[in-house]
Amino acid sequence: MTTFLGMPATAPRGVGHLRGDESFPAAAHKALADDQLRRNLRHATTTIRGKSGRVIAELPDWQELRSAGSAIKADVMSRLPELLEELEARVTERGGVVHWAADANEANAIVVDLVRRTGSERVIKVKSMATQEIALNEALEAAGIQPVETDLAELIVQLGNDKPSHILVPAIHRNRSEIREIFLAAMPGVDPDLTDDPPVLAAAARKYLRETFLSTKVAISGANFGIAETGTLAVVESEGNGRMCLTLPETLITVMGIEKIVPTWQDLEVFLQLLPRASTGERMNPYTTMWTGVTPGDGPQNFHLVLLDNGRSAVLADPAGRSALHCIRCSACLNVCPVYERTGGHAYGSVYPGPIGAILSPQLTGIEDNASLPFASSLCGACFDACPVKIDIPAILVHLRNQAPHPRSERAAMRAAAYTMDRPKLYASAQRAAKLARIAGRRGRGLPLGGWTDARDLPEFPQQTFRDWWASR
Amino acid sequence: MSSKDVILGRVRAALRDAPAPGEAPREYRRVFPAADLDVLVDRLVDYKATVRRIAEDAVAATVAEIAGGVVVVPEGLPLNWRPEGALPDDDLSPDRIAGADAVLTAAAVAVAETGTIVLDASPDQGRRIITLLPDVHIVVLRPEQVVASVPEAVARLDPRRPLTWISGPSATSDIELNRVEGVHGPRHLHVLILEPV
Ligand code: SF4
Repeated sequence: MTTFLGMPATAPRGVGHLRGDESFPAAAHKALADDQLRRNLRHATTTIRGKSGRVIAELPDWQELRSAGSAIKADVMSRLPELLEELEARVTERGGVVHWAADANEANAIVVDLVRRTGSERVIKVKSMATQEIALNEALEAAGIQPVETDLAELIVQLGNDKPSHILVPAIHRNRSEIREIFLAAMPGVDPDLTDDPPVLAAAARKYLRETFLSTKVAISGANFGIAETGTLAVVESEGNGRMCLTLPETLITVMGIEKIVPTWQDLEVFLQLLPRASTGERMNPYTTMWTGVTPGDGPQNFHLVLLDNGRSAVLADPAGRSALHCIRCSACLNVCPVYERTGGHAYGSVYPGPIGAILSPQLTGIEDNASLPFASSLCGACFDACPVKIDIPAILVHLRNQAPHPRSERAAMRAAAYTMDRPKLYASAQRAAKLARIAGRRGRGLPLGGWTDARDLPEFPQQTFRDWWASR
Repeated sequence: MSSKDVILGRVRAALRDAPAPGEAPREYRRVFPAADLDVLVDRLVDYKATVRRIAEDAVAATVAEIAGGVVVVPEGLPLNWRPEGALPDDDLSPDRIAGADAVLTAAAVAVAETGTIVLDASPDQGRRIITLLPDVHIVVLRPEQVVASVPEAVARLDPRRPLTWISGPSATSDIELNRVEGVHGPRHLHVLILEPV
């Protein structure tokens, strides 16, 4: 089919959170001056890295699981139309209603309409990247519907009129005293003697949300996995706010990116091993909820699934970039990224920060709207090594750099990258970059070697780095 | 043209030159030795669950001691497990469930390697809501329900049932990555593993 399909395949402008107000280098420059932010980030990413490494080491077949995860996702992409229709058929058979949303505007309109029809003026929300991506909360508010975020970190962000800065721990940039201030200022009915002890802060959120959970008739969630074979949806979480939202209300609306499909029930055996260990460094996250359509007498009796494109088909059209859609949003690549650790998530301008954001956002919006993001990296390769589904993020970065139209922002971004690389510990970065330069075959175009070589003589790179040799033994 | 046609049309166009689907390699572990109950206990305790290994005839008394008050039970729960005065869920209102001191259920499967217990809403486990609102959740596990690994658990479960996978009590790490138990779900998880008969 080659006919014009009526609208551009990328995420539309003017709605959603995929584009920042300024370029990455400009935003990063500000973040680099914020010592508190860097301390918070360093503490958090170092802690998660340590935990994750320990539980991954427990699995003798981690590499085989990664290979399986990567291959299953490649298979999903290659027969996405068939799998989407299979999912739709299974969900429908079990009493669910499936909606298709070509972009953010359409998805928001569908959800607003569904909520209006329930008569509810408030919805409870499970943390979801897809609904952040399309700015669903803003659309609901504009329609007079109050969205209440129920994940603790999302609640901190919402009450603080702030933006999430990490996929997994959206309030990672806030420390306990900042969180206490936010609660005191914005949480209705909060105890004025609140301390900044984490259990006390968590208890305040529990108390505040409990009544809301029990009295709200509509919930909105995302989905970590949608199983084509059975029509089952899965949400992975820790706090139990997800279970509350997925169980208590009368109506459940789930917004799921079309790439979140897995073909068979059995495939979950791979992803349920990969995701928690790579993501939070746990053997398993505290709670996972799975449901198939509607179960009479148990849980929401009305279920709507909104399948969201919003630029995903444009990503799919690029053979060199489409594997960005394999992402299971574990955030491991953020936690190992030296650039993310210094700049934080806000600098990326999109709800998808860090290495995955640097490749996914420009592909979803079209490269011209996020031209500086492919430069927000030192190409050290740590993200590739960490990714549980083996997405070769550095290769896609190089590919996108070659398409980016803005030479001026490119130079500025290179300076930012050079800052990151300007330390011996990251020498491995430059080695990896040199290897990629050979792959790119364009004398290093798109690589941040300018800033590096300006400052010192670059030693000759061996054909195979020590780390690569070690890894391939 | 419907949005479904638009999306599927775009996806098909995007995939015109894509390689044919390939069978995924499954060289990861799929055959496992028998489950090790000690590993399960170790993992559960690591998640701050409280674990006891008891005989079946001690269940009711143990539950009464842990709960110290009203215990909600699913209607299909074995009668000999129920503490005196147990409150069967005959479509109880959320308020009554939330007002109970504890909930007692069986389980469908447990995974030793990850310390996970899976509920599948069978009659001895009940509706999902009853294990969500009380502050204490007590689960009785039969040794033969314990498998070593996630693949074995997936193979035993029926995806058409509503499933809840539980690994320790509710927890958050959102404040400076300090783990805090109990934000919204039950703050205490007690697991009673029955001695083999
Ligand atoms: S790209 Fe890989 S490492 Fe990064 S969030 Fe996605 S799955 Fe995780």
